[in-house]
Amino acid sequence: MLLRLEPRKSISRTYQYLSPVLALLLTLLAGLLVFLFMGHPPIKALHAFFIAPISHSYGVSELLVKASPLILIALGLAMGFRANVWNIGAEGQLVLGAIFGSILPIYFSDSSNPLMLPAMLLLGFIGGMLWAAIPAFLKIKFNTNEILTSLMLTYVAALILSLLVHGPWRDPGGFNFPESVIFPDAATLPVIWSGTRAHLGIVFVVIIALAVWWLLSRGLAGFKIRVFGEAPQAAQYAGFKQSSMIRFTLLLGGGLAGLAGVMEVAGPIGQLQPSVSPGYGFTAIIVAFLGRLHPVGIIFAGLILALSYLGGENIQIAMGLPKGIAGVFQGMLLFFLLGCDVLTRYRIRFFSEAGQST
Amino acid sequence: MSDQSPLLRLESISKQYPGCLANDNVSLIIKSGEIHALLGENGAGKSTLVKIIYGLLKPSSGQLYWKGKPLHVDGPSAARALGIGMVFQHFSLFEALTVAENIALGLDEHIPEKQLHEKITQVSHAYGLPLEPKREVHSLSVGERQRIEIVRCLLQNPQLLIMDEPTSVLTPQEVQTLFATLTKLSKEGCAILYISHKLDEIKQLCEAATILRDGAVVAECDPRQETAQSLARLMIGTTPEIISAASSGLDKTMLSVRNLSIKSTEAFGTDLSDISFQVNAGEILGIAGVAGNGQTELLNVLSGETLTAATSIEINNQPCGNLSPVARRQLGMAYVPENRLGHGAVPSMDLIENTILTGYKKQKLINKLGIDIKASHDITKSIRDGFKVKSSGAEDEAQSLSGGNLQKFIVGREITQKPELLILGQPTWGVDAGSAAAIHQQIIQLAQSGVAVLIISQDLDELLTLSNKIAVISAGHLSEFKPVETVDAESLGLLMGSAAIEETHVTQA
Repeated sequence: MLLRLEPRKSISRTYQYLSPVLALLLTLLAGLLVFLFMGHPPIKALHAFFIAPISHSYGVSELLVKASPLILIALGLAMGFRANVWNIGAEGQLVLGAIFGSILPIYFSDSSNPLMLPAMLLLGFIGGMLWAAIPAFLKIKFNTNEILTSLMLTYVAALILSLLVHGPWRDPGGFNFPESVIFPDAATLPVIWSGTRAHLGIVFVVIIALAVWWLLSRGLAGFKIRVFGEAPQAAQYAGFKQSSMIRFTLLLGGGLAGLAGVMEVAGPIGQLQPSVSPGYGFTAIIVAFLGRLHPVGIIFAGLILALSYLGGENIQIAMGLPKGIAGVFQGMLLFFLLGCDVLTRYRIRFFSEAGQST
Repeated sequence: MSDQSPLLRLESISKQYPGCLANDNVSLIIKSGEIHALLGENGAGKSTLVKIIYGLLKPSSGQLYWKGKPLHVDGPSAARALGIGMVFQHFSLFEALTVAENIALGLDEHIPEKQLHEKITQVSHAYGLPLEPKREVHSLSVGERQRIEIVRCLLQNPQLLIMDEPTSVLTPQEVQTLFATLTKLSKEGCAILYISHKLDEIKQLCEAATILRDGAVVAECDPRQETAQSLARLMIGTTPEIISAASSGLDKTMLSVRNLSIKSTEAFGTDLSDISFQVNAGEILGIAGVAGNGQTELLNVLSGETLTAATSIEINNQPCGNLSPVARRQLGMAYVPENRLGHGAVPSMDLIENTILTGYKKQKLINKLGIDIKASHDITKSIRDGFKVKSSGAEDEAQSLSGGNLQKFIVGREITQKPELLILGQPTWGVDAGSAAAIHQQIIQLAQSGVAVLIISQDLDELLTLSNKIAVISAGHLSEFKPVETVDAESLGLLMGSAAIEETHVTQA
């Protein structure tokens, strides 16, 4: 038997939206098998991974805390992806956002100025934007591949952060731990759900998701993004400039990743540490695609991927399994999603070997 | 060969695509040495049928017979082994390789280089298709490139040669050379299946014709006994409308191009050199030429997709060579590009969004509050009604429309912007005859209402019907515009071919 992929004549919208749901089900099924072969009771393990973490209100609040950076970054990435601008370096932009946002609370650690927090958020946004401006500049000027440049800059960003927390920004009273001072109250996002870590940033994320939704479906910039993604030549015909599109999507994506970074240090973390993200910038790529590059989809996808982080932590505690299982689930999800997406665009045809060949 | 078993017989061939019956019970007989025309409009199923014969597609039902025996073609190489050769409408040649290298790549057997060179020279001269084996393809004219494809087929001693729209890229003189070659081949016993929608050519060349409409055979005839009108009626099903000629121009210059020279950014593009002309309100100017002689570059620079010195181009007496397409539209320009899907329209977007594509600023369809949905919808509706675009609704994706309907939509969209200057590239390329006539009518009405129109097309008949003045673009040079009464296909053809001749002299010198 031979098989071949044949493009479908028309692509069903329903299938396009069903594809992530199907991918989720397949991930669960494959997860079941993984646990079975590892010799763990599969239903119990799946319960510990997916249900136990959110079976109490604190768990739900943690889900929101973890989902908000994912959603925020994915919103920015989705705009770029729609225009065929492939920013893979959101993790680095997040780190730069965290660094820029930490300048004020580190140098004015006893200030209680109410303008500190807004200024930090702004600086974080600018930090991520500046970091994304490098691949944007290189792509516009020299046509370099933004996938490579943005990704490589992620590692540079991690080293800069490491340099700062091990060196000039280390807390003098911190027993030589590579950490900054604990941020003052004026530099911390207020908690909106008492007894949890759920902070004001979650509200910002919802507002930004609405703004992105409006921009993509109604705004001129969103229209340009979509035309560029679907038919670059038609975009030039319409008079949209490619360079400004690259600049816009990369800078906005970088800015939102930077904002996610500063909201982490000003929120759940409360200081600058050698690691400010468990890979949110990379996981957000999965979130963007799982959410069909659509703001509403991204919110759901962000919650699902946030659950995978919580599940990883919980299964480590409950069953003594490695936390890395979260990465396994994230990878399987992306794998099945891409597979389902291929099948919405193509059909598989089988041929006997004696029959057709071209 | 006995008369009972013709060279190729098709019996009740059908080809079903999802949602479309491309060939419906087609039967066809080709005798040895016969030049057989397969005639039909775009989309009538001609290409599908010949792809089945050449082994590129499998029929859904029906049977092929080769010299009386049932035939199963497993693929193009099997077809070639049988003696079936095909010259495609779009060539597949490597620009950076030589003639001989390109031919060697297409052969199923290996021939040593020296022998191949000799064979190419011999075959190409025997059939009046001179080719130099060592020349690189990018330096050849389109006509010469076609010769490579023909010689490649001839080297395999075909008994049936399929030619898919071979003259669409040739000058009238090159067409005559090609016809001489084909006649010689048929005298030697090689059958030719000649696909075209150009009626005069078929009357001149072919001795039998099968006419397809909507995938089915509607008539078989001897084209020499028919008139062009009767063939057209068979092909289209109705008599095509006759359009009145355009009015002459007014005294107001709408587009003026002065000493425009552009270096092409494409690897094998054409540079434009020192082009000057002007288009007045109310007149239609036509620029003829064989594809790849600078038409794309000229259209891009006129539309603003490539920029140049401000003063090289003036629209409505405003220097605009350095302005974007949006700014030029504000000056009164509208533009219909050569390529509908992906250039003139976004395939996956609906008609409303495609209306917004070029009208968003001039018709204020996107403002500070975002897309004006109602206004966009209304304008799309008026385009669909006014220009008889057949679609199930304004929310249809552009790619779901037929070529003719999408082209009517794009032309309608541009006209609805009330331009003072309309530039069109190949406005009826690959468009059904009904839509083509409607588009021509719209262009003429527009010119009569005082709009300046510039058409760049490879379709000489179209230009001769519509234009007041015609010039020819050849290797990036533009000839002088001459009133249409003073030119004919013959004299334009000489101008179209002149660049190829010049180039040959240069390389030989």
